[in-house]
Amino acid sequence: MANATTNNDTDTSVLFDAPGPRGRQRIRIANVVAIVIFAIILVLIFMRLHNPPEGENQLAWDLWKPALDAEAWTDFYLPGLWMTVKAAFVAVIGSVAFGILFGVGRLLPAAPVRWVSAVIVEFCRAVPVLMMMIFFWRLFAFMGMEDPAYWSVVLGLVLYNGSVVAELVRSGVGNLPNGQHEAALALGLTRTQSLMQVEVPQAIYAMLPAAVTQLVVVLKDTALGSIIMYTDLLQESRRLGSMYFNILQTLVVAAVIYFVLCWLLSRLAEWLPSRMQRHTAAPAEPEVVAPIAIMDPSNVNQIAVAKESGELPRGGAPRTYHEHHRGSNASIHEWQKTRYMQGYDEKHPDVARQRHRLDVPLPGVPGARKNRDEDESHDDERPDGQERKA
Amino acid sequence: MNAFAQLFSQYDIPGAFLVNIELTLWSALFSTILGVMLLLMRISPISSLRRIARGYVELFKNMPLTIIMVFMVLGVYAQLKLSFSTTFATNFFWLAITGLSLYTAAFVCESLRSGINTVPIGQAEAARALGLNFWQAATQVILPQAIRGSVAPLGNTFIALLKNSTVAAAASVATETSTMMSEMIEYHADLIVPIFLTFAFGYVILIIPFGALTTYLSNKLAVRR
Repeated sequence: MANATTNNDTDTSVLFDAPGPRGRQRIRIANVVAIVIFAIILVLIFMRLHNPPEGENQLAWDLWKPALDAEAWTDFYLPGLWMTVKAAFVAVIGSVAFGILFGVGRLLPAAPVRWVSAVIVEFCRAVPVLMMMIFFWRLFAFMGMEDPAYWSVVLGLVLYNGSVVAELVRSGVGNLPNGQHEAALALGLTRTQSLMQVEVPQAIYAMLPAAVTQLVVVLKDTALGSIIMYTDLLQESRRLGSMYFNILQTLVVAAVIYFVLCWLLSRLAEWLPSRMQRHTAAPAEPEVVAPIAIMDPSNVNQIAVAKESGELPRGGAPRTYHEHHRGSNASIHEWQKTRYMQGYDEKHPDVARQRHRLDVPLPGVPGARKNRDEDESHDDERPDGQERKA
Repeated sequence: MNAFAQLFSQYDIPGAFLVNIELTLWSALFSTILGVMLLLMRISPISSLRRIARGYVELFKNMPLTIIMVFMVLGVYAQLKLSFSTTFATNFFWLAITGLSLYTAAFVCESLRSGINTVPIGQAEAARALGLNFWQAATQVILPQAIRGSVAPLGNTFIALLKNSTVAAAASVATETSTMMSEMIEYHADLIVPIFLTFAFGYVILIIPFGALTTYLSNKLAVRR
């Protein structure tokens, strides 16, 4: 879910000046103090683990060994992990299908289809996943279905995450340049054809990174299944812990497994947008926090809007949409990284160049004149999009 | 229909929703405080603080809430003997709030950081040009604009928090909605659909006005540039 383009360890942030000798000294002292405080907190936690009041030493190897040995892995963690991954995988496939179905349903020209899709999507987004899981679990059990816990976990996750994907499809189409739709209509396609053949395929590419981010949410939410007795990783680690009375240790192991899986998926989600941007004209940038403001008619990707990619995907016309952060007109993207250029206007990239050139050539100096001409011919070869990066 | 109406007198459904709202409000308060602290650490000139805050956010963002809640009760309370109160119900209630706050703080920090990305670079440069130091620039120039720019992601975080408060069931909070719904269905299996719809619409009624308010505020408070 991390925002890929914001660098995390900005040593030269714009928020503060590059520190001088005294500033560096102060930062060094603050660093030491912060590390000492952090170490003290860690030591306190370990002391509590070592010697809880009226409890046994939680750091004892006797307790950690059954949580880590081969039997624990083969009999508990790995079967639990398999159940977790199985549910997450099926739920992701299902929610993408659900999302595309109802996301497109919300965009179709027929009003009743739109309304029905809108009601279903908004309902599924508003109801807590756990409630849906409990409901389906009881319902499936009454219906005499086999494995009610598994199917209720999958269905609960499909309904919620599918509705999030539906919104992503919708905002992906909404973020496309108008020219895509207009060009499709000009070619004689109907509104539905333009939607299905031009806009939705691009929206799906734009949506993929966010869908991977959603995969992290799905994987995390499968742990809810343990509340309805689904034997996932969390449930298995609880079972193991209650056998050897080392539940703290088994929970820590399960937490580490969850963390590693989710963290790897998050990295994948950060890497994907740059690849997907080649296939679409919509910004392929995932949300920082997955759900978009509910009932928001414009429903735009806040981060993608705040940021502008300098390149023009598919070599199209310059973007005229979403240059501003919605509602705020902020148009500078990645302000922590980009250098501000005096007099540069994104809308009129030529103006600044002209202005600079006015100062340079001196009348009567042939060399300067010649240089300027060369400059000009050189400039003309470069498309605008590349020049602004120079 | 009569049996359904009887359920309302038998079970305190508004009371269950109230428990969830209480959980949400307390957690929202604590996670906002912690989230702002994390944000300040994350953008500060001190590199160790930045790393600690980043580690915290990564850890809790990639951790299922359920395991945090279970850990609160079975690890922190049962094994480490940390408790808030000798009464079971109060103790579990506050353990659930602790878990929710720790989890949500990471998302509050991320929402605010996305708001900072909407503040133009000129604002920070102007603040530095005026001779403000990091703390002054952050608290007087950047953060006020960043918070206004992050209303929508923050609103989404708190909507998610309200829905996540049902996971308090994993921390043995027995009076909240999901536990009550499970119990009601168990004893009144014939009314399963109306019972579910009652609770579902309860959440729809709570969340839709909040979402509309968030959208309104994010437009109203946005800095016009």
